[in-house]
Amino acid sequence: VENVRLVDRLSSRRAVVGTLYLTATHVIFVENGSETRKETWVLHSQISSIEKQATTATGCPLLIRCKNFQVIQLVIPQERDCHDVYISLIRLARPVKYEELYCFSFNPKLDKEEREQGWKLVDLHEEYNRMGVPNNYWQISDVNRDYGVCDSYPTEVYVPKSATAHIIVGSSKFRSRRRFPALSYYCKGNNASICRSSQPLSGFSARCLEDEQMLQAIRKANPGSDLIYVVDTRPKLNAMANRAAGKGYENEDNYSNIKFQFIGIENIHVMRNSLQKMLEVCELKSPSMSDFLWGLENSGWLKHIKAIMDAGIFIAKAVAEEGVSVLVHCSDGWDRTAQVCSVASLLLDPYYRTMKGFMVLIEKDWVSFGHKFNHRYGNLDGDPKEISPVIDQFIECVWQLMEQFPCAFEFNERFLINIQHHVYSCQFGNFLCNSQKERRELKIKERTYSLWAHLWKNRADYLNPLYRSDHSQTQGTLHPQITPCNFLYKFWSGMYNRFEKGLHPRQSVTDYLMAVKEETQQLEEELEVLQERLANLQKAQSGNNKVKSKQQDQSKQFGLYTSNNSLANTPQEYSSDLKSFPSRSPSQGDEDSALILTQDNLKSSDPDLSANSDQESGVEDLSCRSPSGGGCLPSEDSGKDSDEAVFLAG
Amino acid sequence: MEFAELIKTPRADEAVLRCPFQPALQGTLCLTGHHLIFSSRRRDSAEELWLLHSDIDCIEKRFVGSLGTIIIKCKDLRIIQLDIPGMEECLNIASSIEALSTLDSVTLMYPFFYRPMFDLLEDGWSSFLLEQEFELLSSETNEWRLSCVNEEFSVCPSYPPLVIVPKSVDDEVLRKVALFRQGGRFPVLSYYHKKNGMAMLRSSQPLTGTNGRRCKEDEKLINATLRSGRRGFVIDTRPLSVAQQARAKGGGFEQEVHYPQWRRIHKYIERFNILQESFIKLVEACNDQSHNMDRWLSKLEASNWLTHIKELLTAACLAAQCIDREGASVLVHGSEGTDSTLQVTSLAQIILDPRCRTIRGFEALVVREWLQAGHPFQQRCAQSAYSNSKQKWEAPVFLLFLECVWQIHRQFPCSFEFNEQFLIMLFEHAYASQFGTFLGNNENERAKLKLPQKTMSLWSWVNRPEELRRFQNPLYEANSLVIWPSVAPQSLQLWEGVFLRWNRPSKFLDEAEEERINIIKYNKELQAKVNALRRQLAELEAQEVVQEEP
Repeated sequence: VENVRLVDRLSSRRAVVGTLYLTATHVIFVENGSETRKETWVLHSQISSIEKQATTATGCPLLIRCKNFQVIQLVIPQERDCHDVYISLIRLARPVKYEELYCFSFNPKLDKEEREQGWKLVDLHEEYNRMGVPNNYWQISDVNRDYGVCDSYPTEVYVPKSATAHIIVGSSKFRSRRRFPALSYYCKGNNASICRSSQPLSGFSARCLEDEQMLQAIRKANPGSDLIYVVDTRPKLNAMANRAAGKGYENEDNYSNIKFQFIGIENIHVMRNSLQKMLEVCELKSPSMSDFLWGLENSGWLKHIKAIMDAGIFIAKAVAEEGVSVLVHCSDGWDRTAQVCSVASLLLDPYYRTMKGFMVLIEKDWVSFGHKFNHRYGNLDGDPKEISPVIDQFIECVWQLMEQFPCAFEFNERFLINIQHHVYSCQFGNFLCNSQKERRELKIKERTYSLWAHLWKNRADYLNPLYRSDHSQTQGTLHPQITPCNFLYKFWSGMYNRFEKGLHPRQSVTDYLMAVKEETQQLEEELEVLQERLANLQKAQSGNNKVKSKQQDQSKQFGLYTSNNSLANTPQEYSSDLKSFPSRSPSQGDEDSALILTQDNLKSSDPDLSANSDQESGVEDLSCRSPSGGGCLPSEDSGKDSDEAVFLAG
Repeated sequence: MEFAELIKTPRADEAVLRCPFQPALQGTLCLTGHHLIFSSRRRDSAEELWLLHSDIDCIEKRFVGSLGTIIIKCKDLRIIQLDIPGMEECLNIASSIEALSTLDSVTLMYPFFYRPMFDLLEDGWSSFLLEQEFELLSSETNEWRLSCVNEEFSVCPSYPPLVIVPKSVDDEVLRKVALFRQGGRFPVLSYYHKKNGMAMLRSSQPLTGTNGRRCKEDEKLINATLRSGRRGFVIDTRPLSVAQQARAKGGGFEQEVHYPQWRRIHKYIERFNILQESFIKLVEACNDQSHNMDRWLSKLEASNWLTHIKELLTAACLAAQCIDREGASVLVHGSEGTDSTLQVTSLAQIILDPRCRTIRGFEALVVREWLQAGHPFQQRCAQSAYSNSKQKWEAPVFLLFLECVWQIHRQFPCSFEFNEQFLIMLFEHAYASQFGTFLGNNENERAKLKLPQKTMSLWSWVNRPEELRRFQNPLYEANSLVIWPSVAPQSLQLWEGVFLRWNRPSKFLDEAEEERINIIKYNKELQAKVNALRRQLAELEAQEVVQEEP
């Protein structure tokens, strides 16, 4: 469709004209005119809603909201075209078969071997070995070999050595969806562990001997402690309501030596609505500070984030400080349980704060234990009530921790944003389906590529420059501040407003330090080369040198000289690399920094992300963001009579 | 008066000091004329706390049996607790602290007694003279002149002796204009934008009154700053309704009929007393120990502090935009021209002028736009957020300015030569200091107090290389461009460095800063090494060529 206008969300006056293309996998908008022909690519799988608004004189507006928080407003001249686009997108954004998803057509030009290598990057078997199991207390159980006991669990499950197959199967029958207690994290230092399960089918009074034995087995696997915590991550009221349906929670009287604890994390429906409310705040056109803070508070989002963090902190403390094992569950044990176990693991084990370790963590607590990616993130058309930002919340918890512990993580914010993007993108096979069983049946590993390999290949982009493996923050358990700590939880504009570049710091400290570190590395190399050459030269001068060797030396020098020449230019080259520092690139002379700085896109290897760059002037941003209400200062050609009206609107 | 008279109990042993995030310390408490000193008895690491009495905002007493507790709330927002055994001692000490921290006479303040322990490299009192500023300006344009019409502080008591005004306007005109502006604050040059020759002026409100009095000289003065055929903008920091009400009290605003070449824009910046209320509420919210997330956000919202930040930044950006983008001159004023006016003019300069983003340039800005321009520091900073005595002149006007600078700094972390600590240091010294810089309400008072002769300037201390090092931003790369900050709510944050400074452990953040410094330091060292080797190599190669040639 031609002559489509892409409207800037913040100021309805500004729009670019271009052509809209629909392909099998993407919506592509290509700008007319400008020499760069800027392109905006949106994956169909990212589209969360499409809204056709009332036709105006200029055309038919179409609002596309994306799951990665991008909002695109298009105006299509002909109503009929708009309708066609609308109908096509509705169909394309809601595939019904896995085969329609992008990952089955996405081809990064890797051969079969590279693909297989990619899938091997994260190996859970290796991970459990790293934790120190199997050992005297824990073993691999093969009861779930053919997904016979629990179809949402992985085939390899780690259980206490004293838990026989009989106990496991018995316990599984007493748990929702047969998700019996299994090992999530084992602390080598003190034998304490984190186990996970679903709720017991206790109703008001039901008991299960095997389940009681199972919990006892978990306790025995930690000889240093004579009790275990059972953490129910639900609000108490929800858990009690479940009893009426024959589900519920453990009765302390029936289990020996357990300590039962509720931690009130709300359910997926509350979280979905909370995010919805927060996004409405983010979408406000020019909110006042009160609108924003009030809306943020009203959404309850940060309160929920804090609840998840508090649960993680509680468990990490029990394991690290008290040396007590913890069994975590919610209802089905695949949402809140996954959040809480992974936050606790992240706090406990510095390995999970490395790039590789973080991939392993998501693979372990989310992918392998049957977090329902397909349902929660709506990859295939399904029940909208199943959709909920569960992993988004976990990712945000990590970001909140990064803000408190700037040196503790090997990766940076961009890494998190990319993972969030790909949870929804369906470009890679990792997060497809609802369980390991389904993924095996679909032969995901043979037919798609792994996100982890893709991220690993570009890991230089995702490094936190402040991370040092020998830094104190990268050792041992992290202890976030518990009280008072409300103010520590902040709105993450880098995520929820990430496509509005104008809102973000115009200079990125991370990028700057990464560039400095890169230069440092080059300098180190050059230093070595120079020292070597100097030594050679001195040797050559001191000794009686033959012409031959001298020529050799010279030829060698020549080669080095050219490379040296390029190295000598590094400071300049480095400055032109560094778009965010216009002062260093004289070519961009008189323009305003804001104009240049906003061109500093999310530096990313993903075309999907970087193509959405928004080159807008910070000045105009300012004027339309100002509370004077939509008034847009004419930036260059002043002197028009309308100026005053615009100014005085404030 | 002898301080000894006020000190009823000079010393208490067996006292316990409790600071947030630190273990309680046992030790001895001493009171001197200007300090509260606490030294721990631990022999291994003798820890000492020196607290200026003038830094104490208020104290509270509590008794449990004979154990007294004094809670000291400081102007830098820190709260410390002292446990003192013995009711009488405790009461004596509390009343002594109270008396010493609320001395009436300026000349009894610590700066008059402070003797520096460092060599004076440069006298800060004469570091930033308007003459130097004018010299710089003269190299760009000859449209302005230095006027000493206010030499005796007779034309405007709150202006400095020297001001910069349009060349075509003589002192006689200035005297007449002064009568037409509140407090005699006639329009003077605040900033000259080299790029396009546009000027920013500041003044107080015109005294038009209800019958629309006009002053030809005033019109002449501000029109003299316009290029022929160009228009200017008057940015009034009050809403139109307030400006209109001001007429009833003899104030007013520039009316279009008399100033046809000027367009008036009203931008609402809260008056200082509202800001003080907001400050108190915010600090209360930050010190709230409850666990409820909702209450924190609603309290933050209710304090309105960030709203003020947003409004102020917006107004400053607008002024900057008029100058840089519209190519127009700007006159900024509110009512008195000593608070919101200065906030706007100084922030606009941060945005426009790269020099103001250097340490030296920022100091010059504070001197020029705040101290010399007559911001009443002594009134505004007499008390901070804890004081319960209701005095009506206190307001965090300067703090709000510093926070706005911090907000811009956060958005352009590589464009400022100074770091956050520099801004925090200025906040502290504005409220309590051993230096005389922030004493007095204007240059007139400072001259009468003979501050330059009797006290040390803050700048003499700050600009020493060893102090400067602490305030340098390792990421700084001179950026000659205009920097336009975002004023969207998503882009503004609470200034944790000030408001949560004592409520959060800063260890991890400090470590991160240290890493940043080290990364850059190492890079610079390597650069130096590589350059040295390159030179050495070039020399050797040159020798080689010489050897080879014969």
